[in-house]
Amino acid sequence: MSLVNAIVQGIFLGAFYAVLACGLSIMFGVMRIINLAHGDVAVLGAYLTFVVVERTGASAFVAFAVALPVMLLLGYVLQLTVLERSLKSGILTPLLATFGLSIVIQNLLLVAFSPDVRSLGGSAGAFTTASWHVTGELSISALGVLVLVVAVVVFGALQLFLSYTRPGWAMRATAEDPDAAELVGIDSRSVYARATALAVAIAALGGLFLGIRSVFDPVSGPTQLIFAFEAVVIGGMGSLWGTLLGGIALGLAQTLGAQLHPQFSVLAGHLLFLAVLVARFGGARLTLRLAR
Amino acid sequence: MKVQRWTRTSMLFTSGTGVVALALASVPLIFDSDVVQKLTNLLILVILAAMWNALAGYGGLLSVGQQAFIGVGAYGTVFFAGLGVSPYVAMLLAMVLAGAVSVPISLFALRLRAAQFAIGMWVIAEVISILVRLDKNLGAGTGISLIQMNQYAPNFRQAYTFWMALGFAVLFLAALFFLLRSPLGASLQAIRDDEDAARSLGVRVASRKRLLFVLAGFGCGAAGVLIVANTLFIEPGSAFSVQWSAYMIFMVLVGGLGTFEGPILGAILLFAVQTIFTQGGPWYLVGLGATAALFALLLPRGLWGAIEERLGLRLMPVGYRVVTSSKQEEASA
Repeated sequence: MSLVNAIVQGIFLGAFYAVLACGLSIMFGVMRIINLAHGDVAVLGAYLTFVVVERTGASAFVAFAVALPVMLLLGYVLQLTVLERSLKSGILTPLLATFGLSIVIQNLLLVAFSPDVRSLGGSAGAFTTASWHVTGELSISALGVLVLVVAVVVFGALQLFLSYTRPGWAMRATAEDPDAAELVGIDSRSVYARATALAVAIAALGGLFLGIRSVFDPVSGPTQLIFAFEAVVIGGMGSLWGTLLGGIALGLAQTLGAQLHPQFSVLAGHLLFLAVLVARFGGARLTLRLAR
Repeated sequence: MKVQRWTRTSMLFTSGTGVVALALASVPLIFDSDVVQKLTNLLILVILAAMWNALAGYGGLLSVGQQAFIGVGAYGTVFFAGLGVSPYVAMLLAMVLAGAVSVPISLFALRLRAAQFAIGMWVIAEVISILVRLDKNLGAGTGISLIQMNQYAPNFRQAYTFWMALGFAVLFLAALFFLLRSPLGASLQAIRDDEDAARSLGVRVASRKRLLFVLAGFGCGAAGVLIVANTLFIEPGSAFSVQWSAYMIFMVLVGGLGTFEGPILGAILLFAVQTIFTQGGPWYLVGLGATAALFALLLPRGLWGAIEERLGLRLMPVGYRVVTSSKQEEASA
């Protein structure tokens, strides 16, 4: 029965990783770049929400609604100032520039908020600690269900946006071929900026869940980036629904690994990620050899 | 058309570096151990910058996980010294271990591109870090001292470590210098300029990259060995810290990605910045991160790349230069 519980908790944890990874997946899908500051952006969103909670005493969810437009704007500006320039000069430049940005964000947060750990758990309402004990060992937390529902809604809404709206079509067209999209009158600059704004906003949502689920500090970002990237790769880079499944696979690996030994949790996730990479890239070579 | 490799300036400078290396060897005889320890740190930075540049500048491999080899070098030293061999032999063994570990990692890591390679290497470093934390004999999460070094008097110990650092720095810089000047080096620089074009001309891109990757494994392992020899204590949090990658990226980007001299200049600059802002602190790191990002965006070949372009200056020639263009020849004929 504890195994069933581990699987249920793994799915909830995985849904959280999927939300974190969603923005990374969007940016890779549209621009073929990975933002190494993605985790720090998520943590920044958590801090912004935290500040609003501190100032107004509002619930974390209300505070997040206040922080959301700020994060959207931030993403827009990030694209136009840093990323747009880096896109023009090779595949390494976006990585180098966003790695530098990651260090800047972490240390600005350190200056502003000290290294103390913070949490949004206390301000998110009583229901976040509620849970249903189905049996002695299996318990389903309200927060876990909320995160899972939100994850499915976010991915579903994105799918609808990309499939049925004009801006969504423009985004898909630009992802497919930016030059051809320009020819039919799509402004790829603004599409890219909108994609990054969306990615940063969803990262902030991940930051909100991080803050409610557990604690965060100014240097929490890199770990979140690694988990988010693992989810994207496990699910298949460039596939939106793959990212949701990849997140859940990562969450399952971590909770099942923890069943063996508490310290194996993160390790199991890393090993799944590396195994997927080996299978995808090592395997291709193996089949090529066999084909010869 | 005529090409040449050496100019008078570069001959003077390259032989000059030999003299500087010899002069540096006398540092422990003249200065006190505080200065010696600081200069050891500078040499460690030079090695790290040169190795990261070999990967990124020539192989197009941006690694955020070279701390894996730093950690293996540092922990390898403690491990071998614990087996009872002399600490200095343990250091050599640990460096070889780091180089050896890089071979199986390269088999799979080199298949990855761009972000997958960068973060894949980071995850490998994290995995090794977690494995070290699980091992109580290596001090688990709290760290471990290299107690075997206590058999040497502090002054001698510091001097030996400095000479070792100098030896490693000369060894790895010379290895890179001659590698880049050999026929192999021409193919490496072709990969740097355009990987696909190089492949289409018959350059064996994969094996060249493996060569650089293993060299960097050895070099970063040597740096890890020197770090533990210099501080006598190591813990997983600092040995496997991604901060090392941040330093390497800063040094190479500011100094000059894909140039031979640039990373050395970058190491000296980082050393100067560290000496000025001894207390460190977040603002100092904000400055480092912002500078690295700005260089990546605005001056991708760094300070040395800009100097080379403007002045045509090459102090350590690894390529050739055109002395007279065909137009001038026509005019003179």
